[in-house]
Amino acid sequence: MKVPLNKKILDKNEECALQNSEFFATHDIVCMNVISSPGSGKTTILSQTIRDLTGKTKIAVIEGDIRTDTDAKKIRATGAPAVQIETKGACHLSAQQVTGALSAIPATDMDIIFIENVGNLVCPSDFALGENGRVIVLSVPEGDDKPIKYPQTFAKADIVLINKIDLIDHIKFDMERALLDIRAVNSNATILKISATTGEGMQDWHNWLLDQKNNS
Amino acid sequence: MHETMVAQSVFDSVLEQAKLHDKKPLSVTISCGQFNPINDEAINFAFEMVAKGTVCEGMKLKVVHKPLTAKCRACENKFDFDIASPSCTKCDSSEFDFAEDAPLLLEEIELED
Repeated sequence: MKVPLNKKILDKNEECALQNSEFFATHDIVCMNVISSPGSGKTTILSQTIRDLTGKTKIAVIEGDIRTDTDAKKIRATGAPAVQIETKGACHLSAQQVTGALSAIPATDMDIIFIENVGNLVCPSDFALGENGRVIVLSVPEGDDKPIKYPQTFAKADIVLINKIDLIDHIKFDMERALLDIRAVNSNATILKISATTGEGMQDWHNWLLDQKNNS
Repeated sequence: MHETMVAQSVFDSVLEQAKLHDKKPLSVTISCGQFNPINDEAINFAFEMVAKGTVCEGMKLKVVHKPLTAKCRACENKFDFDIASPSCTKCDSSEFDFAEDAPLLLEEIELED
């Protein structure tokens, strides 16, 4: 006998993600899941964004790393609340971990909450956290081949930030190739070239972010 | 994809159904889309491991890879998207609109009659 189920696999994570998403909606918070390789500049982008938008919007950050609270400390140095999740080996954050982290920051007072996922272009992509959108960071020194090598991750992006654009003249990076490969799996994502260090393109990123908040 | 985690989740559901109907499970069918693909070899290995020594030992696990329809923005050609060669099958353009990708689903379980 056949028993049809048509049930979502990893349903425990999905249920938890749904609860998080309801929490964000109830409290009028925009939540962004930030995914990239290690070292792409996620923390630097977030720290600079918080500094640039101080007084305009209230931001908190949930940090995910395998070990240490280095990144949460960097965020707190900007004055914004941050909580560190140490996954102790796990290569991605789960929705349940995010639920726990939300009670460790003054979440309901926030306009925007960033979840900085564990640096990894593969696993975080499969686990919904309840976010409103996904920010994928690709930095110039990683190479232009990342979108074609990790298409699933880029396919689910709402915005792709091509960071460290100030290094483009010193590194072999075929921008046209990278853009074509992103477009081939995702025609709708916004793509911005930025440098969190020099500030190039950061205004466009802030505008995009504030639009997400205003349209939510 | 996290095949071990998926295998455990599928195993839990199969066991629940086997107990509910008090019958031995024979096979299970799961499906995935193109942007959340399952590696068949890894999932079968992981499922074999979790099923060992249980009523699920020896069961068959079948993975259905659901196609994803893309519509070319240049020529409006509709085709099954192949992530290994992401260009329009008619005009070679690489900007598309996608239909919704299939979720990771436990479709059905076959129990002995």
